[in-house]
Amino acid sequence: MAAIPLDRVALEATGLRKSFREREPGERQWRRVDAVAGIDLVVPRREILGILGPNGSGKSTLIRMMATLLIPDHGSVRVFGLDTVRDRMAVRRLINRVSVEASFFKKLTAAENLAYATGLYGVSNRQSQREAARILDRLGLPARKLHVPLEQLSRGQQQKVAIARALLTSPTLMLLDEPTTGLDPKSRREVQEFILEVRATHDATIIISTHDMEEADRICDRVAIIDRGRFSAIDTPQGLKARYGDGRDSLEAVFFNLIGTTLDEEEDA
Amino acid sequence: MLVVQVARESQAVWALVRRNFHLIRRYLGWEAVFLFYNVVNTLTIGLIGLAMPAGAARDREVVYLAIGALLWNFLSILFQEVSNSVQWERWEGTIEYSFMAPIHRLTYLGGVCVWAVLYGLVRTMVVLLGVALFFHITVAGADLAGAGMVLVASSVPFIGLGLMAAVLPLLSTERGAQATQVIQGVLLLISGVYYPVSVLPAWIKWAAVLSPATYTLQYVRQAVLSGASMVSLIPVSLGLLASGVVLIPLGLLIFTVAERYAMHRGTLKRNG
Repeated sequence: MAAIPLDRVALEATGLRKSFREREPGERQWRRVDAVAGIDLVVPRREILGILGPNGSGKSTLIRMMATLLIPDHGSVRVFGLDTVRDRMAVRRLINRVSVEASFFKKLTAAENLAYATGLYGVSNRQSQREAARILDRLGLPARKLHVPLEQLSRGQQQKVAIARALLTSPTLMLLDEPTTGLDPKSRREVQEFILEVRATHDATIIISTHDMEEADRICDRVAIIDRGRFSAIDTPQGLKARYGDGRDSLEAVFFNLIGTTLDEEEDA
Repeated sequence: MLVVQVARESQAVWALVRRNFHLIRRYLGWEAVFLFYNVVNTLTIGLIGLAMPAGAARDREVVYLAIGALLWNFLSILFQEVSNSVQWERWEGTIEYSFMAPIHRLTYLGGVCVWAVLYGLVRTMVVLLGVALFFHITVAGADLAGAGMVLVASSVPFIGLGLMAAVLPLLSTERGAQATQVIQGVLLLISGVYYPVSVLPAWIKWAAVLSPATYTLQYVRQAVLSGASMVSLIPVSLGLLASGVVLIPLGLLIFTVAERYAMHRGTLKRNG
């Protein structure tokens, strides 16, 4: 594959919209719900972009459209100039994704799951096992855990394997959908450090959706605050705090001012 | 470039086969139980023939029934493995990862089909061994090569049917597997697995021509029980292959359309 020009934008979303038909239990009437209600976005190469928003705000839908798993109703997403619908195969060679659920064959070991996943991307088993041990060691997971069925690993350990799975295919664009949800503070910090290292060493662009404001503040170059399928604001963490923080040095204050509630209150509702 | 692409797709096929092999190893206890049941089920069906008065007709009846059970065992495994491939990924929550990989859908389904054939052959051989050890019946003049040729040819349309059925879990998470079982039941009823299709009621007998298994069973029985030559079985084998040449691309097309529909509606992510 030809080298990607350094000045190329990693991702460009234009007029993106996506809605779904939903019906509440006991109701007869279907209604249309806008999951993504008009998003425009440009992500330069090697940026770490955070998408911060409560449950149901459209984060996962947006990530799925970027990952070629959902076809937009309107608008388009281009990854390094390639359309995610028309050029799906080419885009898939450039990206990988970590979902909030640890999606594995639970009875298989980490090594067997990784062999399958990387085999689909043309990575040899030997290479993937060697690299997986190195990545997991870096994430604080001992190599012997590679040979344990996934169902016997904790949620945090499974998520580390998921991150290794995404990285083993050497993606140029990584889509991380709440990758640190459910991790203990030490593991969360290990993953965050690793994300920064991946950007530096693998020339990767990273889009990460998160609930964790401290995480967004710490590792993201820019943060987009999403609510009801739209970006309320997008800027550097410092820029957001300066414009919307009311003098407080916290993204939580920014979120409260923009969305009108705290993240905890949104999730309780 | 084409060579690189073919190598990559082949590696993906191998990754799918290897994954399924590992899954079988993990569920080995259940595999042993289901295999035991398969063997016993086939033996009990053959024993129906032994209830007849002793003689050549009784032996023939046992072989007739055993052929039905063995072939149905193989063909139903093919159909189930292909049609349940998507459902299994849904249950595990891995479908988005598998479908996000940069491989053609034909490769993914091809890997599933390769596994289905290998798995079906191994299981059927074990059942055949059980039948051979239990029933000490020799079939003089049987053209086993001809029977094998018909069986191989029939695998192709059955894989095509499996591809079409694999669409159902894409369209409806909850009802996909249920519909697959119904289709398999209908095929069992109309294909003459344990009886000639002529005994079916008139209102359903016409449907027998639609099932590839009908021809498979009829002509394998002719090869084994009547010694029909390999040459005489070529036309039906070609017919079965031709139906597969239609059914497989049609199944693939339907699957591709259904996948795109699921990607529009957002149903790809839903678990079973």
